[in-house]
Amino acid sequence: MSQDLQAVSATPGGAAGSDVDTTSLAKLIDTSTCIGCKACEAACQEWNDHPVTLAPFDGTYQSQPDLSHSFWNLIKFNETEIDGAPAWLMSKYQCMHCIDPGCLRSCPAPGAIVQHANGIVDFVPEQCIGCGYCMTGCPFDVPKFDPYTKKVYKCTLCTDRVSVGLEPACIKACPTSCLTFGARDELIQIAEERAETLREDGFQAAGVYNPAGVGGTQVLYVLRHADQPEAYGLPADPQIPWTVTLWKGPLKWLGNLVFVGGVLGAFLHYVRYGPQAEEAPEDARDGE
Amino acid sequence: MASLAATFGRGAMTNGWTDVANADVILVMGGNPAENHPVGFRFTMEAKRNRRARIVTVDPRFNRTAAVSDQYVPIRAGSDIAFLGGLLNHALANDLYHREYVASHTNATFIVGEGYGFENGLFSGWDGESETYDTSGWGYELDGDGYARVDETMEHPRSVFQLMREHYSRYTPQMVSDICGCTAEEFTRAAEVICSTGAAGRAGTILYALGWTQHSHSVQLIHTAAMLQLILGNIGMPGGGINAQRGHSNIQGATDLGAWNALPGYLKIPRAHQASLQDYIDENSPRPLRPNSMNYWSNTNRFMVSLLKAWYGDNAAAANGFGYDNLPKPDADDDYSWATIFERAYTGDLEGLVSFGMNPVAGGPNTPKMLEGLANLRWLIVAECFETETAAFWKAADAAGEYYPGARAAADIDTEVFLLPAACFAEKDGTMVNSSRWLQWKHAALDPPGDAWKDQDIIAALFLRLQELYREEGGAGADSLLNMTWDWRNPRSPDLAEVSREINGRGPDGRQISSFAELADDGSTVCGNWLYAGSFTEDGNMAARRGQEDPTGLGLYAGWAWNWPLNRRILYNRASADAEGNPWDPERAPIRWDGSTWVGDVPDYGATAAPDAFGAFIMVPEGVARLYTVDSFAEGPLPEHYEPVESPVDNLLHPEVGSNPAARTMMSAIDSLGSPEDYPYIGTTYRLTEHYHYWTKNVDGPSELQPHFFVEVPEELAAEKAIANGDTVRVWSARGEVRGQAMVTRRMRGLQVDGRTIYQVGLPIHWGFLGRVTGPLVNNLSPSVFDPNSGTPEYKGFLVNIEKIA
Repeated sequence: MSQDLQAVSATPGGAAGSDVDTTSLAKLIDTSTCIGCKACEAACQEWNDHPVTLAPFDGTYQSQPDLSHSFWNLIKFNETEIDGAPAWLMSKYQCMHCIDPGCLRSCPAPGAIVQHANGIVDFVPEQCIGCGYCMTGCPFDVPKFDPYTKKVYKCTLCTDRVSVGLEPACIKACPTSCLTFGARDELIQIAEERAETLREDGFQAAGVYNPAGVGGTQVLYVLRHADQPEAYGLPADPQIPWTVTLWKGPLKWLGNLVFVGGVLGAFLHYVRYGPQAEEAPEDARDGE
Repeated sequence: MASLAATFGRGAMTNGWTDVANADVILVMGGNPAENHPVGFRFTMEAKRNRRARIVTVDPRFNRTAAVSDQYVPIRAGSDIAFLGGLLNHALANDLYHREYVASHTNATFIVGEGYGFENGLFSGWDGESETYDTSGWGYELDGDGYARVDETMEHPRSVFQLMREHYSRYTPQMVSDICGCTAEEFTRAAEVICSTGAAGRAGTILYALGWTQHSHSVQLIHTAAMLQLILGNIGMPGGGINAQRGHSNIQGATDLGAWNALPGYLKIPRAHQASLQDYIDENSPRPLRPNSMNYWSNTNRFMVSLLKAWYGDNAAAANGFGYDNLPKPDADDDYSWATIFERAYTGDLEGLVSFGMNPVAGGPNTPKMLEGLANLRWLIVAECFETETAAFWKAADAAGEYYPGARAAADIDTEVFLLPAACFAEKDGTMVNSSRWLQWKHAALDPPGDAWKDQDIIAALFLRLQELYREEGGAGADSLLNMTWDWRNPRSPDLAEVSREINGRGPDGRQISSFAELADDGSTVCGNWLYAGSFTEDGNMAARRGQEDPTGLGLYAGWAWNWPLNRRILYNRASADAEGNPWDPERAPIRWDGSTWVGDVPDYGATAAPDAFGAFIMVPEGVARLYTVDSFAEGPLPEHYEPVESPVDNLLHPEVGSNPAARTMMSAIDSLGSPEDYPYIGTTYRLTEHYHYWTKNVDGPSELQPHFFVEVPEELAAEKAIANGDTVRVWSARGEVRGQAMVTRRMRGLQVDGRTIYQVGLPIHWGFLGRVTGPLVNNLSPSVFDPNSGTPEYKGFLVNIEKIA
């Protein structure tokens, strides 16, 4: 890892997201100009050298029913009706690279999940213990377990490409430029302007998807129907599960308190009672 | 392409991909560019982002393009002319057409002779016996000098304008609704947006593809669209035009270089009665129909002689008609189009077939007929980078006998098959000509693997061996081959740059020419395709240029690759200005007259010719675009709505004439048509973005993105038939059947046609019995029914039935 790390799982240091702001990178997905061509899927599979999976037919245009450990970028084809007219909402689904990543928060393996200073949240397979806590911690259901390697994988935002000045593979492949990559604050501004244009063009509920529950995301969406993110397969108000916040928040301090209390108690016990006398060693030998 | 050439003079996309970004309104109909042309579609999205363009999609399915459109209108497959006729009527009846443009740049002012008539679905001159029209009564009224009479006011009852207005007055919103199945409100809402581009400051474009070409009335259909764009003043305008999106990366190049009915550069095939070169030139050099018509085809002699010099070199001289005798000359009514080739193969009237870059077993209609046709050949040569269903046709009974019960077992087939492994596109250099008419040079990325050869090496080997055989043994037509020049530096592997130089042509001094204006008819110039003159000049290979400058800001990119003709980016751009040369829209003027010369894009006009010197359409004898066409089509001079040959409904305009009376329907023993009683639903075929034709099913990546053949079924029909999403269904027609899983969808709805509900069933095409992923060939269902002008099969709209089987 050549880049500065902002946060590292199960390791003291900066809290995730605390300093990730204007310097961070982001991806903008303008769903109003996404045609579901899957070029981003193909580019992701190629760049990451993933094996081919022929998924069973599920009655949709979707390549796979869901993300998998070897399929990190999926266009969801959401067929619905809005105001009585058919709508086919295509939305690219991948790791959201949250400002406050639930995966990183929940990870117990030191260094298995890192957040770079540029905001990219990345998994480090060498450190991953395969516990799957990150899967519970992610409100977007993104990380996927590989039963063969017993580790968990997801989109890296092409940190290998980005670290040498290239855009992510999906961005490079997009033919309509519905995908853009750059500084997050600038993309938020572009997204807001695009949403404003859509509102003027009659999509009154158009808006930007950048959910606050995870501190905002580094994958931003422009939605024609921002009042119905679920119609695009996006959670309306994603939150890091309370189990994770509790475990890594109050419970962690409670745990620390119990731990520190235990050490303190042992010390006081030592001070008060002195070292414990060695039990008769003969008993042990008898048992041999 | 046949249609656009007859209307405007050239058979190609009028504008270009990059130009779509200049549009205010984009009508997508008969195509699904988001699906099938996703890279070119970026310019539609740019128009939407940057110009707030309105996109209207009209299609049987709410498709990927519809998903990003502002309005979607459902339509019954094969009813497009009714919809477009309705748009013509909407513009004419509501005075939304561009009157000054129509009067200046179209033949609306021309007066038609009294012999023209139209009644009950047939134009005057119909001969039911031969199923052809006698067109002699349809011509213009001529004055003493042989020029057409015109009425600038367009009030004359036999002016093209009045005939057109009357003809389309029947296409009311209610009639459109009754025929097409959308509501009258849906139609009118779309019509208001589309016809808003009749104003001088607005430009609208039409994007279409195979959804328009694959009908038994496709050429008429596209002519209707061209008429609409003409009356709205959208031809020649940036952001306007009628943009044919070609179905393959180089099919424009393939047609430019000649198909069975044309020599390179759209020179017509010589016919048997044109015994001498002079006969040929006389018949193919039209007479101008107006005094100011540039009538560019009057240069046919220069183009043809230069072509013959390219082919026959020193064997072409004035004394021998420049080798004209070497050309094969079919009879006037001979036809060697797709339909006929396989009809002949089927009836045993064809000895052998060479199939290059084609997979007719998969791509042709009525698969059982294709299989039987190939089984009747003595030999078949297939050059391909994969083993295709055509090369392996003899395996069909074994591999997929359930779909082809009549296919012969391999043991019963005597055809000798040669499968020649060929390089794929990335393994050879050369140009590809895209829909925008851009010749773009590419470099080979890698060498062909194993025993695979480049195409030109295969052709060279065949040519040289055949020449040798003719030299040794003689035989019919030997001169055609023996007189041909083959003076490439490496005759066994011609360098494609060398070939490109010959196509461009050279002058009397042996230097590369830079314009077809330099061509002569005395044998002093050599040119393989006059349209490509200027593509490879003394300055080098223009197609290899990659300049990205755009001084006009209109996305013309004059320094990127090379655009036929003469690097002209927007065809008919003279029509972007009025008679005095003032642009209709100063913000979007591709060319401007500065008093002595035209500046901007390469003018489709004399470079220094005054605005009033010529008509704006230099390739047609009228000098103006044709709303009304006289000798161009097998059908009448004005397009009329006809049903598909297999249709579930009567023609509401004239029940006694249902489908196109001039359509070609093959009726051999293996061809049959179904009735709506047995086959009540409409089947329509299409392509998916994940796959390229029958090719990428051999490749991992695309196969992963869409492994399965499926059948799209409207929700209401699925409910009637108790079909659930994912159930296996059988779809069958009078020709054969396919099986696949159902995709039950709200994106296709039941349509109210003539008071009853009509359902359509969607059938993507990409599978076959060979490949990484396999499935049925959907053309097992389609009929041997063809457009009479282009020979294109009717894949969009035929009759099927459907049932759940698991």
